[in-house]
Amino acid sequence: MKSNISIQRTTAPIPSPKLKTQRYKRAKVNVQAWLLLLPSLIFLGIFTIYPIIKTIYLSFFHLNLAHHTPEFAGFSNYSELFSNKVFHKVLLNTFLFAIGTVPTSMALGLGMAIFVNKAIKAKGWVRTLFFYPVVIPMIAVANFWLFIYTPNYGLLDKFLHLFGAGAHNWLGDPGKVLPAMMFMMMWKQAGFLMVFYLAGLQNISTELYEAADIDGANAWHKFRKITFPLLMPTTLFVFIISLTNSFKIVDHIVIMTQGGPDNASNLLLYYIYETAFQFLDKGMAATLTVILIVILFVLSVINFISTDRRIHYS
Amino acid sequence: MQRVLHFCMYLVAIIWGIPLIWAIYTAIRPADQATSLKTDFHFTLNNFIEAWQTAPFGQYYINTILIVCGILIVQLITMTLAAYAFARLRFIGGTIAFLIVLIQIMVPVETLIFPNYMILSQFSLVDTKIGIMLPYFASAFGIFLLRQAFKSIPYELEEAARIDGCNLFQILRHVYLPLAKPTYIAFGLVSVSTHWNDFLWPLIVTSSVENRPLTVGLSIFAKSSETGAQWAEVTAATLIVIFPLLLAFFIFQRQFVDSFLKSGIK
Repeated sequence: MKSNISIQRTTAPIPSPKLKTQRYKRAKVNVQAWLLLLPSLIFLGIFTIYPIIKTIYLSFFHLNLAHHTPEFAGFSNYSELFSNKVFHKVLLNTFLFAIGTVPTSMALGLGMAIFVNKAIKAKGWVRTLFFYPVVIPMIAVANFWLFIYTPNYGLLDKFLHLFGAGAHNWLGDPGKVLPAMMFMMMWKQAGFLMVFYLAGLQNISTELYEAADIDGANAWHKFRKITFPLLMPTTLFVFIISLTNSFKIVDHIVIMTQGGPDNASNLLLYYIYETAFQFLDKGMAATLTVILIVILFVLSVINFISTDRRIHYS
Repeated sequence: MQRVLHFCMYLVAIIWGIPLIWAIYTAIRPADQATSLKTDFHFTLNNFIEAWQTAPFGQYYINTILIVCGILIVQLITMTLAAYAFARLRFIGGTIAFLIVLIQIMVPVETLIFPNYMILSQFSLVDTKIGIMLPYFASAFGIFLLRQAFKSIPYELEEAARIDGCNLFQILRHVYLPLAKPTYIAFGLVSVSTHWNDFLWPLIVTSSVENRPLTVGLSIFAKSSETGAQWAEVTAATLIVIFPLLLAFFIFQRQFVDSFLKSGIK
């Protein structure tokens, strides 16, 4: 495939010998571009775009153990869902989980990055300890933390026994299970966010800090006036990553609680899994998936709008 | 003030290390000691042997490696081609194509487990390795990452290669590939660790030992032995599963982090 592309973004005016060859070249570029995109678009089409459309379609049908063939249901799946107490709880949990894990992991990730970026003792070890949870599968993390949170014999209770505290049922108590999982999630992802912050920090010119030193700025001032604003693009990127993580990572629930006790740790994606593959209610699973898609979509749109406004910092 | 902060961060580092250290400690203790509150110095490797013999972890290992490599190879090809088109070509419908890719950033494949399962069963690909891999063959994250890297490569280099008579694939091979190497490495690391760790999707798709990856195998092993007496074994099995990634990380941690820093992820 020999080609002579002269149309691309960086070159200035195109020399125009003959209009015909130009038109031919442009057509060739179009064909070439779409051929290059074709493999990606096929997979994106089949496993992202088509499923989204199919789910939306299916959410208007009853398809479950009682209805073996799809039966048009209008909005009844949706109305059923909005009066469903479990769904309310799951939705609330999902948002709480996001609120509880996203800002905390980000703050911790930033703190870790700033700390590791300094000339500190045992830097390599510290960095390793911060980052290693990232490479461990969530399912393995769940196994470890299950034994940490076990009442009486778990590490956490063993530790608390030293201070004379009694047994806690961390995963069996509806009030404790979600915070327990949030902490585990923070442990898992903070190091990942740290790496992006590290990359951001390395792009900040040291001259800025030197200038601030001359002006007699203290560490807090330097952080507020230089580090933080210049890291804004990184922060937005990291925000998207941790936010989508909080919606898509539910592996641990399978091992640790199966959503219990009494749905106190059930999150939306796990609820979809339960509805589709355990309760075998496909119409409802589709409806739930649509809701998840809408949430993700709205959050991304909000994020894009705010990115547009704040990107000028960079 | 500074000292207090430093102390806190060192403390965080230690707390971060505890789960792994405790897991190793539990795994090398005699099985019946796992739930005891005493501490002594009996250590054993029996738990590892027991775990390895009880479940077909060898087979799971092969499955995971095949799945992870399969996904990565196809991803590298699809993303290179798409990234070049987005970075260097101006074409009709470019915005639409870009938006299609963008949708996958907004709605990750992982959240579409239910409809994708239905699609897979339409293709009769349930319980196959290729079925696990297919939804991940195109990576919007990879495309955007690489597009950014390609854009920062001077166009003059491509022109020079073109004058030397290189076709598009040679240009990609000799100009773009080597210059975007840190991005490729960073993406490769993210992809491998993501799919090595992937769980819910393969759990749904697979139902046989021949196709199950490590994570699913581990969860089945853990669930079949939930009593406290088998803690040690479950922990040992977990360590068996995470060992290669952890080892690779400890050995290559500098490169691991460096390739992230150089990849231009900002």
